[in-house]
Amino acid sequence: MGLHDPVADWATDFDHTDDEWVADPFPIWDELRAECPIAHTDRYGGGWLPTRFDDIDAIAHDTDRFTSRSIVMSKHRPPLEMAPAGVAPPISSDPPFHHGARRVLLPAFAPQAIAQLEASTRAFCEGLVADMAGREVVDGAVDFAQHIPVRVIADMLGFPQEDADRFRAFVHHTLEGVDLPQEVRAQGFEDLFRYLDDQVRNHLDRPRDDLTSYLLDAEIDGERLTPEHVTRTIGLLLIAGIDTTWSAIGASIWHLAGHPDDRKRLAAEPELLPTAIEEFLRAYAPVTMARLVREDMDYQGCPMKADDWVLLPFPAANRDPEAFDQADEVVVDRAINRHAAFGLGIHRCAGSHLARMELRVALEVWLEAFGDGFELSDPGAVTWSGGQVRGPRTLPIRLTR
Amino acid sequence: MQVHIDDEKCQGHGRCYALAPTVFEPDDVGQGKVIGDGAVSPDDEERARLGAANCPEQAITVSEGA
Repeated sequence: MGLHDPVADWATDFDHTDDEWVADPFPIWDELRAECPIAHTDRYGGGWLPTRFDDIDAIAHDTDRFTSRSIVMSKHRPPLEMAPAGVAPPISSDPPFHHGARRVLLPAFAPQAIAQLEASTRAFCEGLVADMAGREVVDGAVDFAQHIPVRVIADMLGFPQEDADRFRAFVHHTLEGVDLPQEVRAQGFEDLFRYLDDQVRNHLDRPRDDLTSYLLDAEIDGERLTPEHVTRTIGLLLIAGIDTTWSAIGASIWHLAGHPDDRKRLAAEPELLPTAIEEFLRAYAPVTMARLVREDMDYQGCPMKADDWVLLPFPAANRDPEAFDQADEVVVDRAINRHAAFGLGIHRCAGSHLARMELRVALEVWLEAFGDGFELSDPGAVTWSGGQVRGPRTLPIRLTR
Repeated sequence: MQVHIDDEKCQGHGRCYALAPTVFEPDDVGQGKVIGDGAVSPDDEERARLGAANCPEQAITVSEGA
């Protein structure tokens, strides 16, 4: 990102966009967990960083004292007038508004509905690996992982596939542009919402069998959702559904490409994949959420002020040795795995069943195509995204089969 | 063995019905639901325990010997 001073002391001056955090946040979290389990920063107008599973679990469940009015830690807090829906309902909504705004979405993301998307997802993934035929080195992130969630969510929403590059630009701006000057950041959101407004208007004129039309027709307590609510919910689905799943697929391939024993085992025992996927989600959970402190209070000895940020690094929770045996090791047949990759409490990722399907199908197709015949071609060339969604963005892989 | 899901705690993570599909199932929004009256057949006991132990919300109670 490079727009800020390097972090000198992680306990009192943390920054989740710092190069050291982006490259490898795990040692930072381990040290904080042992020595200062809730760190502080004055950056972004003030914020806190819990790193223990129990604290992250407790804060995620405490919707009274920690509001979801904003869930992306940046320099700007959305105005209070955005409540109760917030900028992207239901993730930005608190109870009681949250319940209906979430309920209306869930049927489209229930396992039964997601199962119907599996065949087309598989066909798309098979097309991606077929395009790699004859190449010696491919990029697991650029040539494979990044395309899968874009395709799936655009299909679900009924948006043009050819806008895929625009979607990725919107996502990048929202999630990684947190350090940008306010006017640049605002302009990016204006572009996003103008695009979404156009899509919504297009669907109002010409309803069809997709999620956008379904939401425009949906009701909460007998009342239609407003077009603005639909636009903002679709914004959430577009932003939250792309980087996250792309990161999970990429991180899983990165792990396998760098760990021959696990790679050989999964190639030989594909039935182990569902268990291994949960372990990849635990060890490389892509998503860190944020909350705002509702009112001044003392929390576990921390003098929290109203509108202070609280980061919820679920990937740090998943590496807490108090919560997991061998927390720092990837154990692909780990049987008990109560990980928090999809969050905890009422904001559990609404797309988790979709994400798991995409991740499983992507890895099945990858392993069917390449077996154990792939490896990192240049480990030092791998790059990771910064901010609250972590995954490989450059992932050179040599195909040896 | 008897299993019970606390509906207040369940957030629809779906680990129970993925790991023990003969004991738990999703409702129409993906929340976990016990199949039948919650009595678990001896064949299903290990799966039921696994499903309960993997619940991120610790919403499932297993009563042994019930």
